[in-house]
Amino acid sequence: MKLYDIAHSRAGDKGDTLTLSLIPYKEEDYSLLCNAVTADKVKTHLSQIVKGEIIRYELPNISSLLFVCKQALGGGVTTSLRLDAHGKTLSYALLEMEM
Amino acid sequence: MKNKIRIGCGAGFSGDRLEPALVLVEKGGLDYLVLECLAERTIALAQKRKLQDANKGYDPLLERRIKLLLPLLIKNNVRLITNMGAANPLAAAKAIISIAHSLNISVTVAAVTGDEVLDKIDINAAALETNTPIAGFGNIISANAYLGIDAIIPALQTNANIIITGRVADPSLFLAPMVFEFGWNKNDFDILGKGTVTGHLLECAGQITGGYFADPGKKDVPNMASLGHPFADVHADGTAHIGKVDGTGGTINLQTAKEQLLYEVVNPYEYYTPDVVADFTTVHLKQYGENIVSITGGGGQQKPATYKVSVGYQSHHLGEGEISYAGSNALARAQLAGGIICERLQGQVDDVKIDYMGCTSVHQTSFNNDAKPYEVRLRVAAKATTPEFAALVGEEVEALYTNGPAGGGGVRKYVTEVIGIVSTLIDRKLVSPSVTVIHS
Repeated sequence: MKLYDIAHSRAGDKGDTLTLSLIPYKEEDYSLLCNAVTADKVKTHLSQIVKGEIIRYELPNISSLLFVCKQALGGGVTTSLRLDAHGKTLSYALLEMEM
Repeated sequence: MKNKIRIGCGAGFSGDRLEPALVLVEKGGLDYLVLECLAERTIALAQKRKLQDANKGYDPLLERRIKLLLPLLIKNNVRLITNMGAANPLAAAKAIISIAHSLNISVTVAAVTGDEVLDKIDINAAALETNTPIAGFGNIISANAYLGIDAIIPALQTNANIIITGRVADPSLFLAPMVFEFGWNKNDFDILGKGTVTGHLLECAGQITGGYFADPGKKDVPNMASLGHPFADVHADGTAHIGKVDGTGGTINLQTAKEQLLYEVVNPYEYYTPDVVADFTTVHLKQYGENIVSITGGGGQQKPATYKVSVGYQSHHLGEGEISYAGSNALARAQLAGGIICERLQGQVDDVKIDYMGCTSVHQTSFNNDAKPYEVRLRVAAKATTPEFAALVGEEVEALYTNGPAGGGGVRKYVTEVIGIVSTLIDRKLVSPSVTVIHS
């Protein structure tokens, strides 16, 4: 099973930092995601993309996780050579992760 | 003092659709319309236009938006707050006045200035992103402080129908009318935090009404071609309901609200604006009705002592070239072409990047999804010091027509001057916002 099957995500950018929300379709799956989707596992999964640290924030009020990924946008949105310099498509890179 | 105001957001970026704002003003029962049109780099590009023509440097779509909106704003008694002034709010205000004359409409415009701080920043100060001096990035062309509600509220205190700003923090565009209408204390950081949460949820317009959300079969959104943009009914206690005009496309639910609440947030405990350091972790969202989500909770702490400044500098010239390969062995032919281009460009440009579009171009990997693509588009991108060197990238890709692998087609080539952005901080005492009121 992929994260895609049980959760959705939106990517955001700030300089060279990528933000990825992870939101389960069913709120009761939040604790499952908390246990299974650690910052370390995301770091391994996104090793081709994220070169820096990944911080995970837990938001139990809205049953969501937030991953803040440093050095993730090819040096920064404005000067990156990447086709998707903002990393807007990367929400779906996170959702490719196998549970 | 009012107990409730309705604020709509009719544009979430400079290139946003025109008509959702018209629908909001005509049928939304708004008190205020906000158009957020200024991305990080937009103001540096606008500054370049202003240097070429002192009457320009505001949002390129300003005339088109205002011509359509102005009659509706006046008819429905809706005040507009927008950052479409970009690098030149005064020229933008004059452009609006001239549109009003041509439409025979009487209007008052307030321009908020003072965000331009190019002559006040310390270029030896470290950039927040890299911790290296700003002066080292190259020729600096703009520096704009993110102003807050302190700069906008004096404009609201005039009788202006339209308030036009340059660089201000996006949520401040929404928080200012709340503080103005409800008489909130500017040192009550808890209530400012709540208002900032609502502003943040609205600021990307369609991103909370089902835009940038749909995924067929998983997250279905009705009638996206007529996507409605959002409004918030904000109450004097800081709680709010997000909704949209009946009959418009899109959807507002807990999923769209959660995605937008966390969008571009780098620390949900401390969301920095010039007005407050807001706390998003205590926000509660509830489906209140069909396409209505209620927002409660949220809070904040003391605002930062400094303003954040966005500094634009001339970075490099970007050269790009693309060519497609299709059918049997398409990927191998694209890879052969990529290798040839790398060899040809060696020593002439910096940082050559080769992408195989259809395989690994946006995620840098395909996560072991190794099915052979039927068609592949080769993209080559490189940084160069001059437009002439940047043009070599496209020229080399084009030359693959007669010198490269079999069956390449559909070449496109581009040269773009790249403005880079870095950030720094400036003492509040060095920044003095002001308001200029112009009547038609």
